[in-house]
Amino acid sequence: MRPGDRIFKNLSTGAGIVVVALIALIGIFLVVQAIPALSENKANFFTSRIWHTGDPSNLEFGILDLLAVTIYTSLLALVIAMPISLGIALFLTQYAPRKLARPFAYVVDLLAAVPSIIFGLWGILVLAPHLAPVAEWLNSTLHVVPLFGTGNVFPNYSGTIFTAGVVLAVMLLPIITSLSREVFDRTPTAHIEGALALGATRWEVIRTTVLPFGKSGYIGASMLGLGRALGETIALAVILYIPAGKHFDWSLFDGGATFASQIAANYAEFNNPKSAGAYIASGLVLFVLTFAVNFAARSIIGERKAD
Amino acid sequence: MTSTLDETERLASPPAFQQVSPARKAKNALATVLVWLSFLIAVAPLVWVLYTVIANGIKRIPYTNWWSEDFGSVLSDEVGGGVLHAVIGTLEQGLMCAIISVPLGLLVAIYLVEYGGGSRLAKVTTFMVDILSGVPSIVAALFIYALWITTFGLPRSGFAVSLALVLLMIPVVVRSAEEMLRIVPDDLREASYALGVPKWKTIMKIVLPTALSGIIGGVMMALARVMGETAPLLVLVGYSAYVNWDLFSNGQASLPLLMNTERATNSMEPGSVGFDRIWGAALTLVIIIAVINLLATVVSRLVAPKKK
Repeated sequence: MRPGDRIFKNLSTGAGIVVVALIALIGIFLVVQAIPALSENKANFFTSRIWHTGDPSNLEFGILDLLAVTIYTSLLALVIAMPISLGIALFLTQYAPRKLARPFAYVVDLLAAVPSIIFGLWGILVLAPHLAPVAEWLNSTLHVVPLFGTGNVFPNYSGTIFTAGVVLAVMLLPIITSLSREVFDRTPTAHIEGALALGATRWEVIRTTVLPFGKSGYIGASMLGLGRALGETIALAVILYIPAGKHFDWSLFDGGATFASQIAANYAEFNNPKSAGAYIASGLVLFVLTFAVNFAARSIIGERKAD
Repeated sequence: MTSTLDETERLASPPAFQQVSPARKAKNALATVLVWLSFLIAVAPLVWVLYTVIANGIKRIPYTNWWSEDFGSVLSDEVGGGVLHAVIGTLEQGLMCAIISVPLGLLVAIYLVEYGGGSRLAKVTTFMVDILSGVPSIVAALFIYALWITTFGLPRSGFAVSLALVLLMIPVVVRSAEEMLRIVPDDLREASYALGVPKWKTIMKIVLPTALSGIIGGVMMALARVMGETAPLLVLVGYSAYVNWDLFSNGQASLPLLMNTERATNSMEPGSVGFDRIWGAALTLVIIIAVINLLATVVSRLVAPKKK
């Protein structure tokens, strides 16, 4: 092998190794930095609902509420975004006029190009006042269901999990759509033509060929969306109102903070390593959570590709 | 007798196509409506967000001082000043991020396409790039904080932000470059080998130039994406209302950080100075992102290999 070749090969292989090492390094550094804060934590990290980290000599923090709010917002966003994304993906691959399919897909992708802080500001300043009457109505008619119970930021209907979930759903649309679209587009033409020849209507063609073929890709895409939702930071930090001294109470109209938005909302406490360590510990949980979700999503999509 | 004849006639010529039943027709129509509706639902927030940004942001943008001054010498409720300091920060941090992540990302893509084959390391790398693209930006920021600030003891700075953005940009660069390298025909590589050109020269002189236009497009879109990130800025750099060209020390503003700072500290009443500032900054950011995307298209057209 010529020296030039050897250098170039080692260089590019090295770059590959760096990327693999990066993931491991992220995990290691977060663990190392979290340990000092965790060892001085006066509350139980997993079951406590308190978050007092302002005083580095008296740390008391637990992630229970953060975890609950994170999962609540993400699932709400997913429940809204999944059917709509499915519709968009079907529209772009099966319904849109051939010539317009590409520009239409570009329009949906543009949603992903909007910075998330702009979504956040739009969500709290523009959308929230319009959503508040809906939230108020849901709350007053369905308050027996804990999901729609009176929230801990009452009478504030703006900075709630509900608003955050709706805005987050909009941000997930392009992510879930683009991958689902790719999979739906690969439905074998023979299947579609076969169904058409049997006299199936357009919807029946989709139900019997496109959906079964693309199901796992769609589920994988939705899980990628979930991973994105769990880690979304600034849009939620802008929207969610954090009520002082109150706990999350299983209502969509509660305020609160997710793992990510808690860190963003309290960046001022990153002035000493102990307080920062507490946030790094919660960030570590977020990292593990997103890693698991992305791992599962990629495995589902990978299986699909192997067929 | 006649009745049997009728029967045979009926059996002999069944209708070739059954009429589509009303229930099936209704379902089909419903599905069509729902599918169109979901597309419109996706377009509505896009139009609404862009309208909000443009309508609220246009007030300050046309003045030259918006582009040539900072907020250092104006009070928080005083009309005037501009976002030059934030534009400088956004461009500098983005550029530094690109300088680090483009070569690294390109090398990873070259490894995956040209050297990796189906090897174990290549599979692991591909998987890790996927995982990296799912790492939340705030986690990337915490990692750089733990590495750069706590472990190395270096100050919070624009450069630390660039490093966090590198983590977010690498997977996008790798993905797009890998895709572009894979569509370079093998004939080109083989022709080059047949002439005795070494592999690394083949990659540098034949494969990369052929894929260049697509790679540039992908890189610039990735750049536009990371420039809008806010989470790393909060943890890794302080806000400064003055122009600061130095990436390595003191606070440095950037457009998303400016928006977040104004939101947290200033009045958000419609028509107030704070309100005008955040939406002005939002429109400025959208314009920068749009220009970069436009440039990506133009540049990749210019360097595209000539087609017959």
